[in-house]
Amino acid sequence: MMLQIRNLHASVGGMEILRGLDLDVRAGEVHAIMGPNGSGKSTLAQVLVGRETYDVTGEVLYEGRNLLAMSPEQRAVEGVFLAFQYPVEIPGVGNLYFIRTALNMMRKQRGLDELDAMDFLALAKERMKFVEMDQSFMNRSVNTGFSGGETKRNEILQMAVLEPKLAILDETDSGLDIDALRIVANGVNALRSKERALLVITHYQRLLNYIVPDRVHVMANGRIVRSGDKHLALELEKNGYADFEQDTAGGARSAAGVTS
Amino acid sequence: MSAVQKELSELTSREYQYGFVTDIETDAAPRGLNEDVIRLISSKKNEPQWLLDWRLRAYRHWLTIKEPHWQNAHYGPIDYQDIIYYAAPKPKTAGPKSLDEVDPEILAMFNKLGISLGEQERLSGIAVDAIVDSVSVGTTFKKKLAEVGVIFCSFSEAVLDHPDLVKKYLGSVVPYTDNYFATLNSAVFTDGSFCFIPKGVRCPMELSTYFRINQADTGQFERTLIIAEDNAYVSYLEGCTAPMRDKNQLHAAVVELVALESAQIKYSTVQNWYPGDKDGKGGIYNFVTKRGKCAGANSKISWTQVETGSAITWKYPSVILKGDNSVGEFYSVALTNNRQQADTGTKMIHIGKNTRSTILSKGISAGHGQNTYRGLVKILKSAAGARNHTQCDSLLLGSQCGAHTFPYIDVGNPTAQVEHEASTSKISEDQLFYCRQRGIPVEDAASMIVNGFCREVFKELPMEFAVEAQKLLSVSLEGSVG
Amino acid sequence: MSRRENTLLQGLSRLESRRNGHDPVWLKAFRHTALQRVSERGFPTAKDEAWKYTQIGRILDVAFEPAEADASLRLSSAAIDQLAGDLGGARLVFINGYFSPQCSSLKKLPEGVKVKSLASALAEEGESLEALLSRPFGEQTHAFTALNAACAEDGAFVQIPANTVIEEPIHLVFLSDPGAAFPAGPVVSHPRSLVLAGPGSRVTIVETYAGILDEVYLTNAVTEVILEEGAAVEHYKIQNETETAFHIALLDVRQERDTQFATHSVALGSLLARHEVTVGLHGPGAKATLNGLYMPQNEQHLDNPTTIDHIAPECISRELYKGVVDGRGRGVFDGRVIVRPGAMKTDSSQTNKNLLLSESARANTRPQLEIFADDVKCAHGATVGQLNEEVVFYLRTRGISQIAARNLLTYAFVGEMLELIRVQPLRSHVEKLVALRLSAGGVGMVAA
Repeated sequence: MMLQIRNLHASVGGMEILRGLDLDVRAGEVHAIMGPNGSGKSTLAQVLVGRETYDVTGEVLYEGRNLLAMSPEQRAVEGVFLAFQYPVEIPGVGNLYFIRTALNMMRKQRGLDELDAMDFLALAKERMKFVEMDQSFMNRSVNTGFSGGETKRNEILQMAVLEPKLAILDETDSGLDIDALRIVANGVNALRSKERALLVITHYQRLLNYIVPDRVHVMANGRIVRSGDKHLALELEKNGYADFEQDTAGGARSAAGVTS
Repeated sequence: MSAVQKELSELTSREYQYGFVTDIETDAAPRGLNEDVIRLISSKKNEPQWLLDWRLRAYRHWLTIKEPHWQNAHYGPIDYQDIIYYAAPKPKTAGPKSLDEVDPEILAMFNKLGISLGEQERLSGIAVDAIVDSVSVGTTFKKKLAEVGVIFCSFSEAVLDHPDLVKKYLGSVVPYTDNYFATLNSAVFTDGSFCFIPKGVRCPMELSTYFRINQADTGQFERTLIIAEDNAYVSYLEGCTAPMRDKNQLHAAVVELVALESAQIKYSTVQNWYPGDKDGKGGIYNFVTKRGKCAGANSKISWTQVETGSAITWKYPSVILKGDNSVGEFYSVALTNNRQQADTGTKMIHIGKNTRSTILSKGISAGHGQNTYRGLVKILKSAAGARNHTQCDSLLLGSQCGAHTFPYIDVGNPTAQVEHEASTSKISEDQLFYCRQRGIPVEDAASMIVNGFCREVFKELPMEFAVEAQKLLSVSLEGSVG
Repeated sequence: MSRRENTLLQGLSRLESRRNGHDPVWLKAFRHTALQRVSERGFPTAKDEAWKYTQIGRILDVAFEPAEADASLRLSSAAIDQLAGDLGGARLVFINGYFSPQCSSLKKLPEGVKVKSLASALAEEGESLEALLSRPFGEQTHAFTALNAACAEDGAFVQIPANTVIEEPIHLVFLSDPGAAFPAGPVVSHPRSLVLAGPGSRVTIVETYAGILDEVYLTNAVTEVILEEGAAVEHYKIQNETETAFHIALLDVRQERDTQFATHSVALGSLLARHEVTVGLHGPGAKATLNGLYMPQNEQHLDNPTTIDHIAPECISRELYKGVVDGRGRGVFDGRVIVRPGAMKTDSSQTNKNLLLSESARANTRPQLEIFADDVKCAHGATVGQLNEEVVFYLRTRGISQIAARNLLTYAFVGEMLELIRVQPLRSHVEKLVALRLSAGGVGMVAA
């Protein structure tokens, strides 16, 4: 099992956002997490990568180890990657330099030699094809002055270079026009493999037309309230989330997420 | 949050790397200041009478004025009678010194500092004037420069070999009455560099001076004079370090730049004097007067400084834009960590028509550091069409530090255009987290973000210096955030 | 103390004897301390950073006599409308610093609201005012504020009880009529006003300062506004003294938790004026807005020092000052923003823009940030420039004369400030004054 979440709670400033969430993800699988605004989808992503603003209880095992005990950078070098919903600008720091530094941190962890600038450039060029980026991206500062679509492509490029084991995509489709969506989705699909698990967080079904999930989970009020296969997403597209939001008042925890 | 803070605070407490003392036999004047000491300095250098007279005039003026305290810095009283005003490494051999005769101890010291005085070495594109305490110990590439007419030597040599030039320009930009520390310098200055670039010559290599305070209780009072004649160009670099000592040491230098018609002077400084320990004990008081005069039309003077050292820095490299269409630039990174205080900025005095100036200042405060930008943009009535753009950004890396911005803007011509922008913010948690999610530890992330913040200034530095500056910044930041 | 400075103080003994022991004991002691401060420290010089650009030698050269209350001085309501505008609400009129009941109109105000002269407040409830009146008198107090403390006898007193909302603006009109004052000659008045906004209350205060005849006089005013938790005060100050007058004023504001304060200063008159605003943000969640417009012309010197002191965390401050300088005028903006240790999540921005219209116009601007906390967002900006000649040219190609085009653009520059005035009749009044000013400045303003 790659990821095993049990009874995960997270609150910020006394307000509980995740209220006992369970989820199992195996290597090679693509899970989609869907849900209305405020259901806790993005919080789940942030908690998994170690954002320190949340008070967290429960258990998260990543490859059998306690993920919650690791620092954010430790999780990253162990192969947990988040494509941010709103990637931050870092003025003055070159994109190429930034990604190379990140990659060398991973390589250090894996006992590999650091890549020098030339070798890295060759690798980056090859991966940039995944997301149809040209080299001018590399000379710009990280996310600085990027358009919405460019920041998202830059996220997927980083994923392609860093080759994580568990990649979490937080609303990667938001704000993308149809061409950009296709490019991003192609990039993600190219990275699907037996060793890699993907957690795709999205509000809308349309991304799932491109990245076809193995499992679909519906989140509401901080829990997974229903799980199914890709047809569940279509159902949601038709009926909306209203049913689920009422559903959860009772608080019965579903046995969601167990794929078998 | 607190974990980040803790790691950041560890980042900013690395030790000063240049704090060693070299055992050199030294010839020093007695402690204290009086006319006899000035006469002694002058006679040690075989100076002509006019220069001694100039020194004495400055000294007598100095006795009538008071130490200024308007700057945003706090320090105990300086005992001017407890300073050694002249200290020189004793030459091992008599007679005129050449590079081959430089004391191997001194060569070794400079090697340890990463400065090569061997002409074939790493920095072979740069001519170096090496100054230890009060005197120049050697200047490289003099011969090669002389071939194109460039004079690059120690100030003492210039006084003897080129007295007319020195007499003409000394005090022409910073008169001996200018301010307390400049006046003191005029009375007791010991050595420094002299550069003269004749008409139409583009100096074929970077010129640089490396200042090293070695002896305890000495003050360093160097004087640098750079003259670029019509259509000449020079890029000049200045670096400095000092041993770690418990007692504060005074460094009161004067730098004068003169750019004649269409001449360009680019002056870069990486200042890394000993900043004192983490409790603020010891360190250099860096009270420096630097000023350039764009005397000719279409001339340009550009100051770039990276200030990471010194207990207190108090300097305003300035440009007097006298020639029409002349250009003044000031690019600055100032970092204060632990108990360091910096009050720095520039003055751009626009006199000529269509003169332009650019000010870009990046201040970083960490630990208990206090960082002040103070700048004056003055547009005189005569400066029709003058332009200035100023940007001051401050980054805060701790809750105990301070960042202050005091721009003075005085516009007396209606066709002038002056813009000032400033911002202050703390290092962004979101940026740090983004880097950490990519596997980059907090210290590296902070250093990366701070370097990014300074990039616009670093790109103004010559290549070798830019790399130095980046490293220095990372080192100086260590242990600062918390 | 130099001989010159004595002239400002020489009338004080007469003032003292006139009072004839009417003051309560504490007030006597307070005045004594204040006066001592003036004598010990003297008046500010160019060496005082805060007075760097404003030299007051010209004021000290004049032998001012303290103004006196004179019930015989009267102005028709129409004359006051002309000078200060008719804003519809309560209007307190002060002549040479003294309340004139005949010229004032006090409308019916909600229960518990007090709007009266400071003199009567002192007579009726003097003891309770002790702490309040002595408050802005601290270590930093300069000679003029101290002089006001020593001499002030009258001014406005406004107190709004908790959770009370007053829709119509309260208009405080300070008129100088030196020609009629006794004794004849230059007079100085020291109006002192106090606005107390109780918890959750809301009120708009408009202060207008104007002169009637082109004679030399000095207004040395101090206005204090205190906002208790959740209060909202909108303040306007129109300084339209005659161009021979001197005007020195302090507006001191104290804001508690979750309060909102906005002030709009319009400085048009005086030969030399210095209108200082100091705001202390003492409670979290407070927001201060400082707007200002200054338009010196001829020989006028208009100085606008402001200090916003972020003491409590999570406060917001916004500042926008604009100067239009013509003739041989000089405009000064000197704005300080201080963020004290612990004032985390401070959000502050400050902007100063200046337009120079003539060869001899001069502008000084000094936006200053002093930050002692790390979790803050502060920005400031300043510009000095002139009209965009390309735009002037564009307008000329559309048949608009050069003069009209320049006026139009100047008015557009100023317009942003006028639009911020939310009291409609006040805005119309100020628009008229500004239009008049621009046309008098030799550029022939098109009707606004």
